[in-house]
Formats: sequence, C-alpha cells, structure tokens
Amino acid sequence: MKLNVNGKIREVEAEPDTPLLWALREQVGLTGTKYGCGIAQCGACSVHLNGKAVRSCSLPVGSLKPTDRIVTIEGLSPELTHPVQKAWAALDVPQCGYCQSGQIMAAAALLASKPRPSDAEINAAMTNVCRCGTYQRIRAAIHLAADDAAKSKAKA
Amino acid sequence: MKTTRSIANLSRRKFILDSAAAGGGLALGMRLPLGPADANAADAAGTEVNAWVVVNPDDTCVLRIARSEMGQGTHTGLAQLLVEELECDWNKIRLDPITAGQNLARKRVWGEMGTGGSRGIRTSQDYVRRGGAAAREMLLQAAADEWKVPVAELAVSNGVITHAASSRTTTYGKVAAAAAKLAPPDPKSLKLKDPKAWKVAGQPLKRVDLAGKLDGTKVYAIDVKLPGMLNAAIKACPVFGGTLAAYDQGKVLSRPGVRAVVKVNDHTIAVVADTWWHAKSALDALPITWNEGAGAQASSATIAAHLQEGLTGADAYAERDEGDALKAIEGAATRVEAVYATPFLAHATMEPMNCTARISAERGEVWVATQNAEGSLAALSEESGLPLSKCEVYRSDLGGGFGRRGGPQDYVRQAVAIAKQFPGTPVKMIWSREEDQAHDYFRPISQCRLVAGLDGSGNLVGLHARVSGQSINAYMAPTAIKDGKDKRQTQGLWAEPGDAQLGYTFPNFRLEYAMRNTHVPVGPWRGVNTNQNAVYMECFMDEVARAAGKDPLEFRRGLMANHPKHLGVLNAVAEKAGWGRPLPAGVHRGIAQFMGYGSYSAAVAEVSMDPKGKVKVHRLVLALNCGHAVNPDQIAAQVEGSVVYGLTAALYGEISIDKGRVVETNFHTYPMLRLAEMPKVETVIVPTYDFWGGVGEPTICVVSPAVMNAVFAATGKPVRSLPLRKAQLA
Repeated sequence: MKLNVNGKIREVEAEPDTPLLWALREQVGLTGTKYGCGIAQCGACSVHLNGKAVRSCSLPVGSLKPTDRIVTIEGLSPELTHPVQKAWAALDVPQCGYCQSGQIMAAAALLASKPRPSDAEINAAMTNVCRCGTYQRIRAAIHLAADDAAKSKAKA
Repeated sequence: MKTTRSIANLSRRKFILDSAAAGGGLALGMRLPLGPADANAADAAGTEVNAWVVVNPDDTCVLRIARSEMGQGTHTGLAQLLVEELECDWNKIRLDPITAGQNLARKRVWGEMGTGGSRGIRTSQDYVRRGGAAAREMLLQAAADEWKVPVAELAVSNGVITHAASSRTTTYGKVAAAAAKLAPPDPKSLKLKDPKAWKVAGQPLKRVDLAGKLDGTKVYAIDVKLPGMLNAAIKACPVFGGTLAAYDQGKVLSRPGVRAVVKVNDHTIAVVADTWWHAKSALDALPITWNEGAGAQASSATIAAHLQEGLTGADAYAERDEGDALKAIEGAATRVEAVYATPFLAHATMEPMNCTARISAERGEVWVATQNAEGSLAALSEESGLPLSKCEVYRSDLGGGFGRRGGPQDYVRQAVAIAKQFPGTPVKMIWSREEDQAHDYFRPISQCRLVAGLDGSGNLVGLHARVSGQSINAYMAPTAIKDGKDKRQTQGLWAEPGDAQLGYTFPNFRLEYAMRNTHVPVGPWRGVNTNQNAVYMECFMDEVARAAGKDPLEFRRGLMANHPKHLGVLNAVAEKAGWGRPLPAGVHRGIAQFMGYGSYSAAVAEVSMDPKGKVKVHRLVLALNCGHAVNPDQIAAQVEGSVVYGLTAALYGEISIDKGRVVETNFHTYPMLRLAEMPKVETVIVPTYDFWGGVGEPTICVVSPAVMNAVFAATGKPVRSLPLRKAQLA
C-alpha cells in the first residue's frame, strides 16, 4: 500500500491492521516517532495527519488513503527551523528526550490551529506524558514559540 | 593475555567503526597504555592526552565519560567540570561515552560506570577534574618544551596557549602529540580550582546532548537497526515465581513474518519475527499455559496484612536507640500515634525495556540502554557463556532510567537467551508497555508506625518509629545486609551525617525496621527509600506539631538546632514561599524537609481541594543544598522533574496485586501526571560549597509530604496512605 509520509509517497508492505507507528518505524525506517504505550494514552507516537496531531500507535494503516498527508518529527522542518523546535532549544526543554518527538508534534499542531494559545488551550492540547517532568518548560516554550511566530509575522 | 588484548583491540576498532557508521563520525584517537598503541593510533586523527581527553588537530576536544546519560544532565555537568580544569573551548567539545569493554580492557581506568543513587557527578567529580587538570598540565608542558621557556610563564584560555613575553601562541591541537609522550603528573599533586573561580562549571549552560532530540534523529536503544536483524516480543509468567507450562506454537507459526517461538527460560516465552509488530501480534495470539505457583495466592490485602504484622512483630531490630523512647512516651502528657502506608510503584520509563543482542560462538554484543554498562557486560557474559573479553556493550542514552536500568539487567539476559538461538543474527527484543508494567522491579511497599510523646508545654519528649516493609537488599544484594541490619531501608532517618541523616534531635528516639518481604520483585526507584521515609517522618511531624498546638515550621525549627544544613534549606524555602503570609481563600500550605543522596531538601506546597476532595497543587517551592552547584539550570530541571515524578506518585501511583500479578497494566490504570496538572515550580539553590551532594533524587522525597501536609492543613484530617486519589478527603 502507499503512504504519503513527509511529502513523499512510500510503498509499505504491511497488513491493514498494522498501526501507523510500526509501519513508520519498521517499514518506512523513520524511528523518531516513539512507542510508549500502544493504547493512545501517552502520545510518544504523535504525528500529524492532514495537519492534526494523532496517536499513530492506534491508527491502522488500512484506514489511511494515499492522499492522507502524514508528517513525522523528521519532516517537521528541514533544518530545525520550526518555531517550536527553536523554542525547545532556547529553553533546553528535553531531558531524556524520548517523549519529545511527540510533544513537539503536539505543540506544532496546536500552534497551527491556535497561534496564540491560552494556558487553558495548552492544557487541553498537551496531554502527552513526560516522565522526566519537562511540563513547565514545555508550557513556557509554547508561549515563546507563539511570541516568536507573531514577531516574525509582524516583521513580514 | 596476548589473545585477550588483541580481541579487546578488535572490539575497540569495531566500536569506532560502528560509531562512525551510526553518524557520530567521532574521531577517536586510541593510544592504549596496555596494547599495541600505534596500530590503533594510525586509524584516527586525534591524540589521546590521557584517558579523559583526546585532542583533535582542529582543536576539538573529545571528552571521555563513563557515566550514563538518561536526561539527568550528568554528561553536561561532568563536561563542565572537565573543561573547567582542562581550559579548552566549551564550544569545541564532543563527548565520547566509553564502553564497558574498553573500560575492562584498560583495567577500569575510568572507574566504575554505574549511574544511580544521584552519584553521577558527586562520585566522579574529583577524578574527572584531575583528569582535565592533568591533561592541561601536559599540554602546557609540551608548549613550554617546544618554546624552551618555563611552563610557569605560559597562560591558557579556550585551548589557546600564550607566552606573553615572546608574543607566541599555539593551540591544544598543535601540541597534543608532544603532550601525549610526556609522563603524566601525579593526580594527587594537582591543585584544583576553587569553585569561586569557576568560569564554565557553575554556569547555567545548555545541555551538551540536545542534538537529535528535536528532529527525531537521536538513536535510542529501541531504534537500533542492524543488517539482517530479527525482532522479538516477550512474555514472562504474569505471576511472579510462576513457570511456563505449555504453549501451542502451531497456532502462530504461519502468521505473517513469524520465524520462531522461543522458550527464553523456565518462565518466559518469546516470538521472533521479521518485525516487532509481527512478533507482538503473534505473541498476543499464542496460547500459553502457566504454572502460576504459590504466588497466585497473594493480593494487595494479604501483603498489607503481612506488613501490618511487622509493625508489632518481635523480630524487628533497632537501627537507632537513643535514650529511652518507650519510657519517655509512656510518661508523656500527650501521646500521638499514626500508621502510614506507601504502595509498590512502577518506574514507567517512557522507553520500555529493550535490548538488541548478537551472539556467536566467538563474540557476544548487546545494544542497550543501561545505568550500569559493566552490569550489562557481566549479564551478557554469564548468559552467553562467553568470557568477558569476548563481549561488548554498546550503550545508548536512556529513554528514562529512574533506577530501573541499573541492577538486575534482566532484559539483557533475556535478549541474549533469545539471540543465542539465532547464532550470528542480531535480535532486537522490545517489551510491550504491558510487560514493562507487569515485570518491573518495583519500589518496595512499606508501612510505618510512629508514636510520639509531648510534655505539658507541647515539647516532644520521645519518638518511636518502626518501618515494616520489603527490602531491596534482600532481593538484589543480600550481602549488603550486615549483622541482620538492613540500613538501606531506613535511609533519611540515620544518625550519621553525610548521606541521609535525619535533621532532628529527639531527646529519646528509637528507630526500628522489620523486614517483611513479598513475592514481588523490588528495586531502586528515584529517591527510594527516602521518598517513603520522608512521608512517614514529615507527615507525622505535622501531626505532632498540631497536637502540640504549634506551627509546623516553628515546631520543626525547635528540633533542628544541631542540624544547621537541614535548617538552612528549611528557612530558605519558608522565606521564598512566604510561609505565614495570607493565601487566597481555599488555598493551604504544607511544608517538609529531608536529607537524601547527600543533599538537603525542603519544600512548601500550596494546594486547594474541590468539593469532591480532588487535590489541586498550585505551587511548589523547593530549596536544595547539593553542596556544589555545577549547572544551576540543569539542577532546576531535575527539581522540576522530581516534582512531576513525586506528584505522580502522591496523586495517582499504586501498583496493586491480585491473584499474584500486577493489576495496573498500562497508563489507563496507572495514570501519569500531565501538563495541565503541573504546578508552578520555583527552585531555590543554596549551595554551601563544603561537600558534594546528589541532585536527581534528593528533592523528590519532600514533594509528597509537603503536599500531604497541605491537604492536612486544608481538611484537618491527616493523610496516612498514598495515593491521594484513593484517600477519602472530602
């Protein structure tokens, strides 16, 4: 079957019930998307599906069409230039880093739909688990990314 | 011996090739004191000045680090300390975490590699700084020799050596080859810098290991890919102590991708397939029968009763017995008594346990996230039957450790047992989250009974505490139990200064421990056992203060005259939190202090409760004296992290047992704190620079009691068991 991953059509040999997560990791070879729980609880496997954050561990590839646009952490920006990645670096958000692909993808999807999210909107959107405990910095980094994006927009 | 060396050298060369192939591209210069150095040196451009420092011709310095990185920032901190003494350019460093095989082959020149107990920096700082200082001396001497000037006339900054009198400069990269030929100075003769003069250490520098964490390119052990690699999913008997009775492999062998069903050991089965998803879904479909054994009779209720019996059982020993606590309490005007309980907890590292192994008749290799690379090497050697010299461990940074990836190395043994059945073929074994929850080495369960006596003026005259609970040492390290005394279980309540001393002086004090083991495997868990003993002692302090009619802070201060460092952090946190100042309606404060892992911690929590009794934590202020603050921003990150780990335990954490097995099999029943519940965390670092304490664990022990004491302040009813979600608070 065909999957549209990071702007490229990829031929994937997988049974239809294979979760997108494992198709990405084991068929496409993109391991930035992580396995955490397998039941859509922790969000380590978050990717963008047509611009929205989804939990790929619970999304069978058989439910996807070749026109569905899948973006993984590897495809978020060409050179770490996404405002979320820059804010994450500025505030040194990651500790072990394992959940951060998912956190970054969730934050990027949030900012795409709500460019200046309130704390309540961040609370509602950012439900990914981080066991190292980087939540305080994640919140600050989302605000920073929103501020930076607004400033660049004002300049343009 | 010659054979051992040549194989060891092969392994090093192999490691270099693998590192380069993995995209690191590190130029590793290996001048080996015990091997044929030149053969290896020819492979690489860099020059090893000493075991810690390799200098490349472009002046990049490669720093060799023995400890593991799991997000706690040890690599960054040790690099800062090394660079501080080496005086190289912070912007031109790379880290090279050495392997266990390299360490062994070089007679453990890097010391032990275990990374736990918040020891990463405090027990390596001295030799790491001396390693940096020794390399600096050799590099300076090489320049002085070349210029024929006294070394004392040279200055160095950022790896550039200057001789002011003759206006000459050179760089570390240019003199490294000559420096490496010099006799190293006696490490003991080196004078290390006064921390007051630190320029790189002590600064809130950014982490050195950010790369790859923002774009998904960092390779964790679970991401390892090797040519021809197979994948394994694994299942052990869900009842601890049970065994594998039968399985029907015919039901799954024809499934897509499946290669084999493999018996791993007497209680574990695995499916090996071309992908992990194929292996996992086949394992789920595999009919398995277990001999559950005697453990199947156990439940949370039987375990609780077992521990409860320990609170009065005759077999307890006294860890401390000062004065006559029982008599003092008997004669007291007021008696306060309470029994507390804390549950088993799982680590729930975000990266589940996994290990990739390749075993042949000649060689054993594993790729693994480990807090103890030498422990992994030993497990590989034992399980494969290959001598240590034919084994190597390739260590990835960990997707979380928290104590799980240190001692047992059970997953290494399993991966090796599976891979042995596919000689020469690499097999990656990954645990499902369900397996990870079911077969952890859990934080041990315990209870504590405390009794205090107060005189007519509300002064504490005696305290009797007995901890009853499961022993980590009994399970993992029986030789650590000396003369029947298992000191580890009473951490934080000790008389001795230095590591986990109780911060109070009671006129009469008796501390007892009754060992009550269960069939559940136990092990270290961020802050254990201080995180439980702090709950007992610090919540009880609030109960006693209330009985005495005293403010919890003032009551504590009255018992802390002999403990100025404990008092120092308590005062610092009280000041920062504004203890005693008015709070918004419905918000209440709680305070706690404790010592663990060589450092002093205190916290103030501000909480409110909804009408149903659900607790909301608004703010947590924490003070930490870890002696030397190597990187204040990374320390703050660890404190923030300890709040999340501690609050998850306080609010939600419980592993319960039914029919001998774990009930909470994934995050839907073992809930985690999420961002919406994150309180505002303020960290006050008050280093006194007269000792070296830990950072990763100490503050976790004050999180739960501060929150529980705030709930006590809110409701007037003490909270005596965790998690709070199961307590009747409304």
